[in-house]
Amino acid sequence: MATAQNNNAATRQGKEQESRQGFVYLPLLVGWLVPGAGHFLLRKWGRGAFLSASIVGMFAVGLAMQGMLFTGVHQILDVLGLAGDLGNGLLYVAAQLLGLGADQVRVTTADYGTRFIVVAGLLNVIAAVDAHNLRTGRKS
Amino acid sequence: MFKPSHFAAVVLFALFASVVFGITMRETPRRMLHYGIYCFVLFVGSAVALSWVMFFIAR
Repeated sequence: MATAQNNNAATRQGKEQESRQGFVYLPLLVGWLVPGAGHFLLRKWGRGAFLSASIVGMFAVGLAMQGMLFTGVHQILDVLGLAGDLGNGLLYVAAQLLGLGADQVRVTTADYGTRFIVVAGLLNVIAAVDAHNLRTGRKS
Repeated sequence: MFKPSHFAAVVLFALFASVVFGITMRETPRRMLHYGIYCFVLFVGSAVALSWVMFFIAR
C-alpha cells in the first residue's frame, strides 16, 4: 500500500518536472497562431481536431456570410472587434492577404458574420490557454 | 454569399461555441460531451425564449 503511494507520488513528481522543462508557452503561441495546433503539439489529437474544426468552421462561416474584418480603429469600440479578430492568429493574416471579408456591413447576415469572426478569435484564445494549461499540468 | 436564417445562425453559433466550451472547460471526454450539450441547449433555448419575449413586447 505504502509502496504504491510512493510510486504514484514519484510518477506525479516526474510528470511535474517534465512539464517544467522546455518552453512552456510554445503550445499557447502555436495554438494562437493555428487553431488546434497547441493540442496537436501535446498529442491531444482528438481535442485538437474538434477545436480546429469548430474555430476554422466558425471563421469560414463568418467570411461566407460576408462578415467584415476589422483592419484599423476608427471608433473606440472597434478596438474590441480588432482584438477579437487578432485572436484568430494566422487565419486573420491569411484572410487579410487574400482580401477576404467585406469592406462594409450592408445586410443583417453580414453583421452576424462579423460577430462570428470575432467570436472565433475569442474561442481560439480560450483553446490556446487550454493548451497552455495542459502543458503546465494544471489540466489533465 | 451564405445567407442562413436567424435560427440557423443561432444553431451554428451554438454548435461551434459549445464544442470549444465543452473541450476546454472539462477534463474527461464524458464530462466534455455533457457540458457541450448543456451549453448548446442553453444557447439555443435562451435565444428562443428571448425571441418569444421580444415578440410579445413588440405586439
